[in-house]
Amino acid sequence: MCKLIRMDHTGHSTLAEWTPEDPAAVERAVQAFRSELDRGYLAMVSTGPGHAEHVRELPVDAELVIMRLPISGG
Amino acid sequence: MAAADVLPETASVHWRRRVDAAQLRGRGRLWTLTMAAHVVPFAGAASLLLWMQPLALPVALVCFAHAWIIPELYAQRGANVLRPARHMSAADAAPGPEQRSVGLLGDLVGHEARELHARTGLVLEPGRLGAWLVGEKGAVLLHGGRRPRAYCYCVKVDPRRPAAADLPSGDRIAHLLLALRSDEQGFATVANLAFAGAPWRLRRRMSRETRAALKAALASDSRSSARL
Repeated sequence: MCKLIRMDHTGHSTLAEWTPEDPAAVERAVQAFRSELDRGYLAMVSTGPGHAEHVRELPVDAELVIMRLPISGG
Repeated sequence: MAAADVLPETASVHWRRRVDAAQLRGRGRLWTLTMAAHVVPFAGAASLLLWMQPLALPVALVCFAHAWIIPELYAQRGANVLRPARHMSAADAAPGPEQRSVGLLGDLVGHEARELHARTGLVLEPGRLGAWLVGEKGAVLLHGGRRPRAYCYCVKVDPRRPAAADLPSGDRIAHLLLALRSDEQGFATVANLAFAGAPWRLRRRMSRETRAALKAALASDSRSSARL
């Protein structure tokens, strides 16, 4: 089961869950993903130990997609 | 580097040169020179005053105090990047969200980093530039191998976003960690350098718990430099 989560005040919220074989669930996940991008979130996917990748389209095969806020110098 | 691999936040600091190892070393030397430019005139003036007129001892002591306190203030500024965010102190933080955020952070890092975070509140992340210690509102890069230098960066979740205010500590660190992992050089470019200097100067200003994290980061940097 693949999962789209957003880091927020609750720790994190699950926005969508899907399997690549379920087109309806994938479509819902894509909609949720785009909605978060529109709100200014950035999507990250872990690509192995110590590596992550910024993605602009929902990677349907990814086990976990994390939405984060932008960072800035303090 | 492909555009997709570049940290998107670097667009907001487009005038900055992308940080690399050579630039890091250059900035480190510049910090040392700046410190010397602060210390030498005050210490020199104090010595000269004492040599010319021993009765000027009180003024000389003030000069010596300036020569001592300015580098200390800079080191304190560096150590501050590893302090926990004030409004998310243990008393204020809600246990549920806090635990969930730490759980997610734990899923992102290995066993050793998870254990270190539990003890110190900091996450150790080996990178190509050196070993990083990531906290809630900043990160320290240990770079240099046998003669390491600590680069203290002030960087956090963009406070202009309303949702940033309520994030639990684990999420704050996870934000920085994911950005660091996706583009280490971009991360160092976006962050503001608060201090660069010898790790011992930083260590003196850190709490007992976080000193263990600094020690682990120094060992990690030393190991990765030995492999190169």
